[in-house]
Amino acid sequence: MSQNENVLEISDLRTSFFIEGDEIKAVDGVTINVPKGKTVGVVGESGSGKSITSLSIMRLIQHPGEIVEGSISMNGEDLLSKSERQMQQLRGNQISMIFQEPMTSLNPVYTVGEQISEVYRIHQGLSKKEALTKSVEMLELVGIPSPKERIKQYPHELSGGMRQRVMIAIALACNPELLIADEPTTALDVTIQAQILELIKKLQSQLGMSVFLITHDLGVVAETCDYVAVMYAGKIVEYADVHSLFRSPKHPYTVGLMQSLPRHDIDQEELNVIEGNVPKPGNMPDGCRFAPRCPFASDICEKRLPDLDELENGNKVRCWIYSDEWDGKAEVNVVDDYKTAGNQ
Amino acid sequence: MTTKLLEINNLKQYFPIKGGIFGRTVNHVKAVDDVSFYVNEGETLSIVGESGCGKSTTGRAVLRLDDPTSGEITFQGDDLLALNKQQMRRKRKDLQIIFQDPYASINPRQTVRQILEEAMSIQKVLPKAERMDKIMELLDTVGLGSHQLDRFPHEFSGGQRQRIGIARALAVDPKFIVCDESVSALDVSIQAQVLNLLKQLQRDLNLTYLFIAHDLGVVRHISDRVAVMYLGKIVEIGEKKEIFDNPKHPYTKSLLSAIPVPDPSNQQERIHLKGDVPSPIDPPTGCRFHTRCPFATEKCKNEVPELRVTKDMTGTHQAACHHIEEIESGAKQPNY
Amino acid sequence: MFVFTIRRILQTIPVLLGVTILVFLMMHLVPGDAAQIIAGEAASQQTIEQIRERLGLNDPLPMQYFNFLLNALQGDLGTSIQSGQEVTEEVFSRFWVTLELAFYSMILSVFIGLIAGIISAVRHYTLTDALTMIIALFGLSMPNFWLGLMLMQWFAIELKIFPVSGWGSPEQIVLPVIALGTAGAAIIARMTRSSMLEVISQDYIRTARAKGVKERYVIYKHALKNALIPVVTVIGLEFGTLLTGAVLTETVFSINGLGRYIVESIQARDFPAVQGSVLVVAVIFIIVNLLVDISYRFLNKRIDLN
Repeated sequence: MSQNENVLEISDLRTSFFIEGDEIKAVDGVTINVPKGKTVGVVGESGSGKSITSLSIMRLIQHPGEIVEGSISMNGEDLLSKSERQMQQLRGNQISMIFQEPMTSLNPVYTVGEQISEVYRIHQGLSKKEALTKSVEMLELVGIPSPKERIKQYPHELSGGMRQRVMIAIALACNPELLIADEPTTALDVTIQAQILELIKKLQSQLGMSVFLITHDLGVVAETCDYVAVMYAGKIVEYADVHSLFRSPKHPYTVGLMQSLPRHDIDQEELNVIEGNVPKPGNMPDGCRFAPRCPFASDICEKRLPDLDELENGNKVRCWIYSDEWDGKAEVNVVDDYKTAGNQ
Repeated sequence: MTTKLLEINNLKQYFPIKGGIFGRTVNHVKAVDDVSFYVNEGETLSIVGESGCGKSTTGRAVLRLDDPTSGEITFQGDDLLALNKQQMRRKRKDLQIIFQDPYASINPRQTVRQILEEAMSIQKVLPKAERMDKIMELLDTVGLGSHQLDRFPHEFSGGQRQRIGIARALAVDPKFIVCDESVSALDVSIQAQVLNLLKQLQRDLNLTYLFIAHDLGVVRHISDRVAVMYLGKIVEIGEKKEIFDNPKHPYTKSLLSAIPVPDPSNQQERIHLKGDVPSPIDPPTGCRFHTRCPFATEKCKNEVPELRVTKDMTGTHQAACHHIEEIESGAKQPNY
Repeated sequence: MFVFTIRRILQTIPVLLGVTILVFLMMHLVPGDAAQIIAGEAASQQTIEQIRERLGLNDPLPMQYFNFLLNALQGDLGTSIQSGQEVTEEVFSRFWVTLELAFYSMILSVFIGLIAGIISAVRHYTLTDALTMIIALFGLSMPNFWLGLMLMQWFAIELKIFPVSGWGSPEQIVLPVIALGTAGAAIIARMTRSSMLEVISQDYIRTARAKGVKERYVIYKHALKNALIPVVTVIGLEFGTLLTGAVLTETVFSINGLGRYIVESIQARDFPAVQGSVLVVAVIFIIVNLLVDISYRFLNKRIDLN
């Protein structure tokens, strides 16, 4: 695809936290693009750096965190060189964000109506009355019954699912080009999750926006994303279109993640396990960060960090198995051999 | 030959709501409303449902962490609700619980050794001299190393802390363990480790689990039988295979269809549910699911459906719906 | 909200009763015979007996309390031994001065405390924050009578900018108000800062920033209103502290307020005066607390009725 089809381009992003003089690299050299109108998912476990990546796009990293290097550009404009003032004009307008915790993400002392209309007042300069009218329309769009009454309510009077709808209304009020959704359904029950995901998909096609979806749930990824990046310990280990990723995952971590997932739709005997724990941020392995837990790890994996290399089909993987320098067992099939390799 | 280890009959748990100028009880949250089930020795019965369905309250009531409003809880033939405090304390040796966040239920100033020692000394499981051996054995069982013996809870990761919680539950050699969302807070890769551990322990120690969870993937993996709860009532119960492959209650069906499948080429048709779960303070009349059910009729509004068997159910499968037959035959179509 | 207010008002009734009982018992259980004190050292046994009879001191204690309560409810707190005037009248004439002093000090405390607290929180991790908090610590640690004396020494005696003592003119007000209000300003500053810091790290503040709200509005609109909720309680409690603190400040600056009245009455063993003024202060204290609770509830609509 050509360059100008991407709404968002992130390259070599490094976001670190400086704690007692140490640099903790939460996001370490992430490169990812979001094509126009598409949904790109970032999947990973806690500590993988996926949420910090999304906050970096918004430039909402708070002290002691800092974007150290890299570039983030939206429609060709460099976001990192923008002033705080210019960023404020973009936020909630061209780029919006919804968060994991609908219960705490709304201000408890303002009504729902006040919180939605604020966006119209900031970005479109509407009067109080016009903004409220627009807010009612927006609540209707996100499927909240009797919106005229709802705008007068405070967040604590709404259920979790309703609050997340309000968050979506706030995010989409100004028709953004890019919606960043950070675990938008994790705190919700499954039947409500289904409603919210459905709503995001519907609005995406109506409004033509792109979605950058952060999640730990492979099911949510399979259902909503066009492209997926798998993150592990601050780095992207695999990037693929959603069908390739689930049909033939390449990185051993992706395979491990899929095989350790208990499924409700099929029977599984024993779950395949990823042994050990995620490395501590201050104590990263020298070579591949997954090597200490990887059943295929060989000498080169422990010594040198592999690059995120492009495969023939345009997907990418950060693993020595697919390089010419691979020094482990020949003819590895990561999916079929994952379990047996672990038992050796 | 299976024996019933735990049997619950007509369990009700109402929590009073105070209000008005003088703080009188003005209403009740009917968290659990007339629930009956049993758990066979050596099996895992899971209770699933969305938040507020009463699954955790049921688990707590079994251990008498909250005293139930009414009902009968029989464990190995003893009526647990008839026991006094001291007798109940002794009984807790056989009945243990593992919480969602063990960190919240262990003393952060105690080391692993102290936590386990305390658990054993309360129940006087072993003579003092033999406890140390038992502690080492427990650590090994749950996959922790002996070098971690004198560490404090905060020095462990989430998955390891859950292992400490399991070790503490096992310290008194229980027969029955309530797992209350025990793996919900863990990352997938760690969750799999803990699930495998729980399964292996069940085989080795002949444990019986009451497994409370909202994640149906986890439930399918660990259970023998499954009970689905909605607003304080069991709507469907039966063998795992039946519940997942032959669900009869519209709520069970919609719950199953709502879960995103981690396979983009195999996306299912979804049964859409309207709105939110109603409040358990004033639950809907009749079938509690009727306000969201796409098949609801006048009868559902007025009559509470009982758990019952229909012809293509096998095993102990039962569901509480008036219209199972019509829905199955296609005579009733969903009304969105 | 209405039910809450009514219930909260009803709850103060037992507290008020308790306070009257305590005040009453305190005065009747301290060693020394009130009649003896009134009559003087040289009085005859008969005079003392007469006084006892007149004051009802021979009645059983519950009876005496009942009469005291009945009179107090009608605004009659007895007659001062020292001056022979109605205690109610004396207390209220003095009380306005104290209330003025406390009120101005309160304004000073709240104004300076809030500003310092907000600046400190917004400039967290900077020198401004550290300096503000060090100053606040000093303000908190200084006893108000000592601060009063120091202020008097510098600004009244050496620089002669303000008068040494008295109350009434604007110049006279400045020093006592600073002396009394400083500690409160420090407490409010610290409370505001910690409350603001907590609120700033909340998810909804992140939401506000993600909406594109300017940082100034993030602080003053989204954070402050939430952060003020616990501060209101502190401000209310601070008012009580000011009333008691006024005793020393009034003494230092020779202000004819209620505090000084109580001190003088105690020294003169003027028990109806002490009893009456303590009761008035206690009642004011309870009413202020009631108002704080109701406004707290008004600010924070999430508080459960229980």
